Amino acid sequence: MANVSILNATGAAIDAVRTEVAAGPRGKRPKKVLSGRNIMVYGTLGLAALYYLLPLYVMVVTSLKGMPEVRLGNIFSPPMEITFEPWVKAWAQACTGLNCDGLSRGFWNSVRILVPSVIVSIAVASVSGYALANWRFKGSELFFSVLIIGAFIPYQVMIYPLVIILREIGIYGSLTGLVIVHTIFGMPILTLLFRNYFAGLPEELFKAARIDGAGFWQIYGRIMLPMSLPIFVVAIIIQVTGIWNDFLFGVVFTRPDTYPMTVQLNNIVNSVQGVKEYNVNMAATLLTGAVPLIVYFVSGRLFVRGIAAGAVKG
Amino acid sequence: MTDLSNSVSIRDLSLSFGAVTVLQNLDLDIKDGEFLVLLGSSGCGKSTLLNCIAGLLEPTDGQIFIKDKNVTWEEPKDRGIGMVFQSYALYPQMTVEKNLSFGLRVAGMPKEEIAKRIARASNILQIEPLLQRKPAALSGGQRQRVAIGRALVRDVDVFLFDEPLSNLDAKLRSELRVEIKRLHQSLKNTMIYVTHDQIEALTLADRIAIMKSGVIQQLDDPITIYNRPKNKFVAGFIGSPSMNFLTGELADEGGRTVFRTNGTSFSLAGYEATETLPPGRKVVLGVRPEHIKVDGDLAGEEAHDAIVDIEEPMGADNLIWLKLAGHTISVRIGGARRYAVGAKVRLGFDMTMASLFDAETEDRI
Repeated sequence: MANVSILNATGAAIDAVRTEVAAGPRGKRPKKVLSGRNIMVYGTLGLAALYYLLPLYVMVVTSLKGMPEVRLGNIFSPPMEITFEPWVKAWAQACTGLNCDGLSRGFWNSVRILVPSVIVSIAVASVSGYALANWRFKGSELFFSVLIIGAFIPYQVMIYPLVIILREIGIYGSLTGLVIVHTIFGMPILTLLFRNYFAGLPEELFKAARIDGAGFWQIYGRIMLPMSLPIFVVAIIIQVTGIWNDFLFGVVFTRPDTYPMTVQLNNIVNSVQGVKEYNVNMAATLLTGAVPLIVYFVSGRLFVRGIAAGAVKG
Repeated sequence: MTDLSNSVSIRDLSLSFGAVTVLQNLDLDIKDGEFLVLLGSSGCGKSTLLNCIAGLLEPTDGQIFIKDKNVTWEEPKDRGIGMVFQSYALYPQMTVEKNLSFGLRVAGMPKEEIAKRIARASNILQIEPLLQRKPAALSGGQRQRVAIGRALVRDVDVFLFDEPLSNLDAKLRSELRVEIKRLHQSLKNTMIYVTHDQIEALTLADRIAIMKSGVIQQLDDPITIYNRPKNKFVAGFIGSPSMNFLTGELADEGGRTVFRTNGTSFSLAGYEATETLPPGRKVVLGVRPEHIKVDGDLAGEEAHDAIVDIEEPMGADNLIWLKLAGHTISVRIGGARRYAVGAKVRLGFDMTMASLFDAETEDRI
């Protein structure tokens, strides 16, 4: 028993020595919350956020005011009396040209343009990106270079020839024509995106699938596609926002009754007759911008992941 | 099919990417059931050769036969081969079971047959508890086992391994090495195994093909490769610590041929030369560290004085670096024998195990 107590005593002594040794700085270095660095970083971030959020705030606030209140001119003050009438008017009653059924017509036109354009362009671009990355053929590098150059040519140069081509085919002015135009112009950037992503996937997976006997489409559908969700999300976001926000092609390639939402918005906001209804204009603008905004919010994290994945290799 | 028939034959195979020649007029015959290791440093063309056999790369010229059938223009799936990759290359979105069955499902095999084959393969590789897991939930060793299983279920004639153990840590590597050897003994398939690891090559192979710049330097069983290297490259590549090379020339001393370097002469008694040894010929003498006798091991043969330079104890062995006739040479002795730095020792070379190379051609003489 005596031995045990001696052992315990020495154990305690060792412990004591250990605590003594540990008396200096230890573990993580404490960080000051209000350091100069933190103030700089958060201050700059806060200012930037304010700069971008203020216009949005003004728009939301104005769209909820009645016209008498808008005329007071206090654009930063919150509405004294909240009214949704401007939103209803913008959606269903605002007049553009001969039609007085608001933005709803443009919205559905935009949807009818958007859905097929996005699906077709992504389907074509992902397959060509996959072919360029994994099934090198004679001249595939040249083909790819030509495609990339296509991404740098300004759209405006091609509008007139395109109008003539579509007229000759007989689909000028129809939504089909606009869908084709959007698909073509989405091709360079999307193909580049998909090629780089597929080239970044381990080559051995592709080889293993070939040894397993899978062909071009089976490897695409059963191996590559299920691994490519992030890059598809990126492509969808790029295409949805790009096509939804497009104004130029919409105004050139459609007729007034098939105008997309952006063109209609312009016609509402820029109409010169009568009183300028700022609250309705703000509501109409917010309605038009809602779709890309929602897309960003829903898929933000996937978007960042996909961008990173597509950008690193290639 | 007799035991002596060739499983894989390569005839005059060449491959170049533009101006870069990777493989050059390569001929290789691999017997049925043989375990052949392609060994070489990175960029020597060993993986390229394997990819050509698999049909993943098209050769510029030459022919490939598998089971006496010319498969040069065949698709990978029609060649009767299975391949295991360094990065495992498991399909990440599929479970182990789906990974194993992918090739069979693509081929449209009936479900019962697929189930039977998966049961057999997972039993052999002991991966039954893992069948419903995704590859991300497996350890490196388990992944590699699944990758082997994917070749196993397809019931192929030839297994191709592309550095399958290089991504694993040392302990796992030696475990799986034994497992692959056991697998080969029970399956008796032809296996072609690419590696840069000489231990894997020596332990696994029936025959080793050592490659350099797209050319096979020597194709022999491991013992011959180790003890009778055909040239200086093979001698230096195989063996760790590597062979000692002493540059010098042949000389005649009282009627017997000796090797002379920096004024010191070494008797060549016991060396089996394949060519004549004329005096004056510039040669390189190669001796492995374990074929040098030290002090007490000597049994009356010719001996020389050397000074201990550095000692590297490695547990089972003790490697000592010595200064001898202006050269630094390494000697492997038992782990229990220790020498102080600067100590004087007596050395004797075992010439029956030594190698002589022509200084110019670097070929064995």
